[in-house]
Amino acid sequence: MNAPLTSGYNFAYLDEQTKRMIRRAILKAIAIPGYQVPFASREMPMPYGWGTGGVQVTAAVLGADDTLKVIDQGSDDTTNAVSIRKFFEKTAGVATTTVTSEATVIQTRHRIPETPLKEDQILVYQVPIPEPLRFLEPRETETRTMHALEEYGLMHVKLYEDIARHGHIATTYAYPVKVAGRYLMDPSPTPRFDNPKMHQSPALQLFGAGREKRIYAVPPYTDVVSLDFEDHPFEVNKFDKPCALCGAEGVYLDEVILDDRGGRMFVCSDTDHCETRRADGNRGEMSPDSSENRP
Amino acid sequence: MSAALKIGFENPVAQSQAVFRAVMMALARPGTVRRLDVPVDAVPALDPAAAAVALALCDYETPVWLDPALAADLQVQEFLRFHTGAPVTEARALASFAFVPLGGEVPALDDFAQGSLDYPDRSTTLVVAVEALAEGEGWRLTGPGVAGEGRFIARPLPADMLDRLQRNHALFPRGVDLVLTCGDRFAAIPRSTQVDA
Amino acid sequence: MYVAVKGGEAAIDNAHALLAHERRGDPSIPEITPDQIREQLALAVDRVMAEGSLHDRDIAALAIKQARGDLIEAIFLVRAFRTTLPRFGASEPLDTSAMSVRRRISATYKDLPGGQVLGPTFDYTHRLIDFTLAGGAAPPAPATATQGEAAPHVTTLLDDEGLIERNPSAAPDAPVGDLTREPLAFPASRDLRLQNLARGDEGFLLALGYSTQRGYGRTHPFVGEIRFGTVQVGFHAEDLGFCVDLGTISVTECEMVTQFKGSAEAAPHFTRGYGLVFGQSERKAMSMALIDRALRTAEFGEDVVAPAQDEEFVLSHSDNVQATGFVEHLKLPHYVDFQAELGLVRQLRSEFAARQADLDAMRKEAAE
Repeated sequence: MNAPLTSGYNFAYLDEQTKRMIRRAILKAIAIPGYQVPFASREMPMPYGWGTGGVQVTAAVLGADDTLKVIDQGSDDTTNAVSIRKFFEKTAGVATTTVTSEATVIQTRHRIPETPLKEDQILVYQVPIPEPLRFLEPRETETRTMHALEEYGLMHVKLYEDIARHGHIATTYAYPVKVAGRYLMDPSPTPRFDNPKMHQSPALQLFGAGREKRIYAVPPYTDVVSLDFEDHPFEVNKFDKPCALCGAEGVYLDEVILDDRGGRMFVCSDTDHCETRRADGNRGEMSPDSSENRP
Repeated sequence: MSAALKIGFENPVAQSQAVFRAVMMALARPGTVRRLDVPVDAVPALDPAAAAVALALCDYETPVWLDPALAADLQVQEFLRFHTGAPVTEARALASFAFVPLGGEVPALDDFAQGSLDYPDRSTTLVVAVEALAEGEGWRLTGPGVAGEGRFIARPLPADMLDRLQRNHALFPRGVDLVLTCGDRFAAIPRSTQVDA
Repeated sequence: MYVAVKGGEAAIDNAHALLAHERRGDPSIPEITPDQIREQLALAVDRVMAEGSLHDRDIAALAIKQARGDLIEAIFLVRAFRTTLPRFGASEPLDTSAMSVRRRISATYKDLPGGQVLGPTFDYTHRLIDFTLAGGAAPPAPATATQGEAAPHVTTLLDDEGLIERNPSAAPDAPVGDLTREPLAFPASRDLRLQNLARGDEGFLLALGYSTQRGYGRTHPFVGEIRFGTVQVGFHAEDLGFCVDLGTISVTECEMVTQFKGSAEAAPHFTRGYGLVFGQSERKAMSMALIDRALRTAEFGEDVVAPAQDEEFVLSHSDNVQATGFVEHLKLPHYVDFQAELGLVRQLRSEFAARQADLDAMRKEAAE
């Protein structure tokens, strides 16, 4: 993909017929929250498993006056986020940003931004395996029937076996949720830390799985409940320390290995959140621009 | 003037996107009234908003059911065929989209495609023109997309419309989704919405 | 001191530049041209066309060059190109009985109308490295023959005796499924299964076909016939009202004659497995025919017990563009999820250690 795309491609790459097909699927997904709508996913000029579903959803949604943010692992600067952002700069010419609050459309892989989302923002998730029951039942014909009959006992059994074996629910990411009291849904491989952000979010959440050919959605202000048990309530991932760069607490942190002698630090996974906080003067214990750490 | 000379969208790529986004947000926020901010050059029998929905979302893959008055209107037929290529069907249960103009009779909602429990998405989106749309008054809406509760009303609608919408919601995840148009304004009530008096 | 990683964009650009450099190799060696690939690596081109689902030798050759000879990467390039092409409709069914045959063999008859035509095949070459090829000597001129008598399908001959199941009669107005336009749903009809297999990975099909021979879903296959050659492609143009000739394409067709069936109502007869691929690839066409038959297991009232008989398993994993993407996506950063798992494993280990300590204390107490 070194050469610039020729002008022969439509706005946002996809042809209009494909966009209409995806748009119709999105409308159905919104009307049936949490249900996975099959769609005729196209072959995209990037590999399956690298965000082709998210990219198709974004391409179908995006307009010339949108401002797009793309993150992977919470960061705007990971290579795949850079690559997808470039793709839309090239094919749609839209404005891009790294600032969560400035974006109208945010495509993400594995994180929900720390900055609370607003009404009329759209969060597009890249989804590898959309079926929350897939690792318990590999057959599509079976899982489809389970959803039809709202038969989710298998998932409860799995979570309960975790507790029996480990004393905890051992699912730390892609933690299953129930949407609007009906469909069991895979939130994509976000850490379960992010699950509460999905509940009653003012933003529209769209999920695209290109290889598996499914689109699903959570409308704004919709109940999203993480599965749990009365004696083992749902808990988010916890960290012992605040961010070493900006001092933020109650955020998701990346562990960074500093040397081969056990040296490590924990920093915000959401790089925009961290930068914004530092620009506002917040400092963590290992911040490079705090006076005691400056070389 | 021939309907084919009605140009529909002047800039189909941008305008289709704008209309889709508005419809998407209308379905995502049931009962909120939105304005179509793109010009549509359409045949008189179709509301600008209804014509915009057809232009933005219909094509050869989406059978369309037309109310008898629209079906008998050659301009409408020609407009849809020329701009969308959508096949017109008389079988409501096969329609992806259905259009009812102002004054048309709204058929029973369960005459249309309801989807199955396995594939509830295989259902009709019903586009009905009304004289008035208002949010903040009328029916009480709750469910996905509604913060707390909302109020919404549209007129005229069949006397038993509330009952029909409740029965439609009771079928969830099956059922139809309703888009109500009024000139260049519109709102939506998807099957997921609980509607009460 | 740690600072958040920046500069992904420059790194990507540099990687692409380096890739282009590596593709070219030693600049003192003449650059390979797509024409050379098309003419001299024709079987690679055939495979890229078949699995790329696009009959275009030049595009396939260019893709092979761009992909540095990585055929799955080339298939991916062709697929991504194909998806942007306008679509005018479906061609008329190919008439392979009217094929201009370059090779045609049957394993079920010693001789038959149309004859056995060996054609260009590796079959009886001794697999000895030919060192004269390194020097680029011109090969001797091949013997040529004019197209002989018509070569009817072997299965047609069996049909005449009622010995093999009849193919379903053609339904020209029935819509043909297309998994590139509609998401695949299960159970899939045979047209969609065949389309899936025709696009499927040669290695995957080969392994599955092989597994049926080794007893994982045995079908007692005989090669009724393999034929390779060119066929006409016709297109019925609605606005013209008649069929226009679009040209010729090369295909390999394999018809397997497989395990016989019979019942109280129907006399015993052989069953069929079918394979058809772009270009010359007997390995792929034969594998496809074996799997097609295996996937018909349920249709014949037999139990689905082997991988090759399992429609969801076969059709969901045959596509190498999907498979390579998802396998290789594991190299994308996953540190957020890994951190979540790290946190849990650390917690479980500390709880384990605490329990062990308690147990040790109890044992010590008991011992005292």
